[in-house]
Amino acid sequence: MFKQLSEPLETISVTLNGHKIDAAKGMTVAALALSQNLPYTRTTPVSGARRAPFCMMGVCYDCLMMIDGIPNQRACATLLSEGMRIETQQANGPDWGER
Amino acid sequence: MKNKHYPLLIIGGGPAGLSAAALAAEHGLACALIDEQAEPGGQIYRAIESIPEPHAKLLGSEYQRGKGLAQAFRNSSADYLPETRVWSLNADLQIGATRQDQAYMLSAERIIIASGAMERPVPFPGWTLPGVMQAGAGQILFKTAGLVPDNGVVLAGSGPLLLLLAWQYLHAGVEIKALLDVTPLGNHLTALPKLPKALLAHHYLTKGIAYQIDLKRAGVPMYLGVSDLKAEGDEKLQTVQFKHRGKTKTLESELLLTHFGVIPQIALTEAAGCRHDWDGNQQCWRPQHDDWGKTSIEKLWIAGDGAGINGARSAEHAGRLAALDVLQSLKLIAVEKRDQLSKKDRQWMLADRHIRPFLEAYFQLPKSLLTVPQDDTVVCRCEEISAGEIRAQVNNGHDNSNQLKYFTRCGMGPCQGRQCSNAVAHIVADCSGKNIPETGLFRGRPPIAPLTLKQLAAMDVEEQT
Repeated sequence: MFKQLSEPLETISVTLNGHKIDAAKGMTVAALALSQNLPYTRTTPVSGARRAPFCMMGVCYDCLMMIDGIPNQRACATLLSEGMRIETQQANGPDWGER
Repeated sequence: MKNKHYPLLIIGGGPAGLSAAALAAEHGLACALIDEQAEPGGQIYRAIESIPEPHAKLLGSEYQRGKGLAQAFRNSSADYLPETRVWSLNADLQIGATRQDQAYMLSAERIIIASGAMERPVPFPGWTLPGVMQAGAGQILFKTAGLVPDNGVVLAGSGPLLLLLAWQYLHAGVEIKALLDVTPLGNHLTALPKLPKALLAHHYLTKGIAYQIDLKRAGVPMYLGVSDLKAEGDEKLQTVQFKHRGKTKTLESELLLTHFGVIPQIALTEAAGCRHDWDGNQQCWRPQHDDWGKTSIEKLWIAGDGAGINGARSAEHAGRLAALDVLQSLKLIAVEKRDQLSKKDRQWMLADRHIRPFLEAYFQLPKSLLTVPQDDTVVCRCEEISAGEIRAQVNNGHDNSNQLKYFTRCGMGPCQGRQCSNAVAHIVADCSGKNIPETGLFRGRPPIAPLTLKQLAAMDVEEQT
């Protein structure tokens, strides 16, 4: 859906739904998801509808993802860091009883 | 972490916050600027310090103005608390914040909120589909990550930002499948009486016209007076449908960026308990304030677009005016000195704002968009409450936004009503026959940003002095 205008100067390594990816340093998690053509970043807890980043400035809360095992993180307000584990969030995230 | 108590705390690192901090620091006031971003600039000048030069050029000269502001702030003695998320603010000027997973409290003698603007959320059929985003999101992706649409884009909506983004994309080599302008054609007439005053700030008009000429020359299909905008697709955007000159048209696209103007971000002023008014010209809630930016709460100021939409240039001046008033209230400068130092900012601000009445009239959105006439359109994106469900409750006699919230859960999801409160105000008023101010504004409750119980429990709490 989105492409990078120029090659990134520095990359870091993260995993997106289990796949290892070299991503541009300084990018947000939401920007990575969009540049990787991830079809959606979460499903809603109410109807299970698919959602993806909408506002990119931290006000719509539609880009909630599981980041390093913690659900409900705004992907657009989270900068990538080395080794970060990013997962599409299903509804409210994992069942807390299992943790 | 640095000091926990400051004579002055400024929340927000856009033009208003940066200029307020620089001025206060220049007068020797120990102050700190708290901001959620990793570098100064706010949304308008996002990534201004780190953006590659060729990308900055594509964004235009107005964007590059942010460099000077960020530099002046960096050169000042003001403390900088970046990547800091404010999740609470109360009328006693206590701030709950989180940085790098650590929650803590801050307090201040005076606070200037410079929370800025957000895109006006306007619900229309299909606006929750992946592939439908706000125009501001497109700009932020460009500024922060150098990302542009790779399979073309449809732009739709109304307002200067839509044209600016189209122009920026054009120069970045992005295929613009169409620009759908939903501005009612009748607005040309209603805005006409405001044109002479707008000519006093004609650089805004000439820039807008130049963008349009560039887009036309490049052969971008532009549709004026568009209505009945719809985003359609199976679990993602596939087509954009709209009406133009009585005919229904359909365009294939995986990306639709919409823009319906901007409104103040009021989560912080609401949390603090400031009084808010409905602004009929800008069609949004905004905090009450005097002409220095002082809110209904003693010792709390608001500056920039968070106070009411006037644009980035005006925000710089508003930030300085608020800082001057803070300095005076702390007896660091005399009233006469404050008034004298504010003169130029007031003049520039006045000159800059000549354009506003015209812009507000020209880009007034049609009622058919604001009141969400399609019953099955989702209004509350979080709790998935439709316009029909809201109208049903209004027809049951619940003609107040907060009542409606209790009955439907509209506005109770993670975004806390940020995305639906404006539309709810329009729907309730339209359906009940009340005026919008009578329908009330959603009450905000802390935490106003995500905070885990773990962060709260591990909070470093010391006796507040």
